[in-house]
Amino acid sequence: MENDKLIIGGHQFNSRFILGSGKYSLSLIEAAVRDAGAEIITLAVRRANTKEQENILDFIPKGVTLLPNTSGARNAEEAVRIARLARELGCGNFVKIEIMRDTKYLLPDNAETIRATEILARDGFVVMPYMYPDLNTARDLVNAGAAAVMPLAAPIGSNKGLATRDFIQILIDEIDLPIIVDAGIGRPSQACEAMEMGAAAIMANTALATAGDLPLMASAFRQAIEAGRKAYLSGLGRVLTRGASASDPLTGFLQD
Amino acid sequence: MVKINGAYIDAAGKTIAQYLSGTEYNLSRIAVERNGEIVPKSKYNEVVLFDGDCLEVVSFVGGG
Repeated sequence: MENDKLIIGGHQFNSRFILGSGKYSLSLIEAAVRDAGAEIITLAVRRANTKEQENILDFIPKGVTLLPNTSGARNAEEAVRIARLARELGCGNFVKIEIMRDTKYLLPDNAETIRATEILARDGFVVMPYMYPDLNTARDLVNAGAAAVMPLAAPIGSNKGLATRDFIQILIDEIDLPIIVDAGIGRPSQACEAMEMGAAAIMANTALATAGDLPLMASAFRQAIEAGRKAYLSGLGRVLTRGASASDPLTGFLQD
Repeated sequence: MVKINGAYIDAAGKTIAQYLSGTEYNLSRIAVERNGEIVPKSKYNEVVLFDGDCLEVVSFVGGG
């Protein structure tokens, strides 16, 4: 297990839990990162506030890789602008592409996401595109230079779990990049199941932000993700189509 | 007038550095885009704002 690293764009990580930082107090970030064991945290770019006293960067522990997203972008050009502004903010070259035209279901626009991936990968970014789990799109993202592929499990913020399970499995089986399940994961058991399936990592935000005790839930997710990873590496036991198979020695002593 | 983060501000003729020095932005935590192009921090002293320019001043916030 010590040698089991997550590799994204040539960078190595021990943790397979990517933490969101939205919708909760800045004062909880340090505890969330610690209890999640997270080494990557997502951020958003917004118009600066002149009266801002506190900035999120002052709350994120040193050594944690920042993963700015392009939320708010409605097409590839806007995503590219946001990504370049994020890089100008001086915190590395990782970017999570997030492009949405639809404000009701917040579903990603796969075609625009492929275009943005191509532009930003050529520009030297480590590109992690958020996408609707579709094999053809995933292949195009690989060819466009993505460093990972981030399919949604269910609509953003819904906590509904692995609604797209079968299609994520196809990506895991067919795509050579890390498949990171992003959006919709609401419970540790769902994160664990995705990891058992062979997902490389889990990204969660709302599941923690809407939990009763955020750091405790971060810790629960961490353990679930680690358990699922170990199960995947060990190889799950087989499932019988019908019948049963005794777990005990078959020689009885009460009958003969 | 210069459109800065969506508001029209009388900043034409000033450099970006001059405009920012009169605001309360945390300069170590912002990035600036002028008419869709990034302005590196090293150019804040040189780039002069013109009537009709569009400036975006951004920073990181929490997100997923």
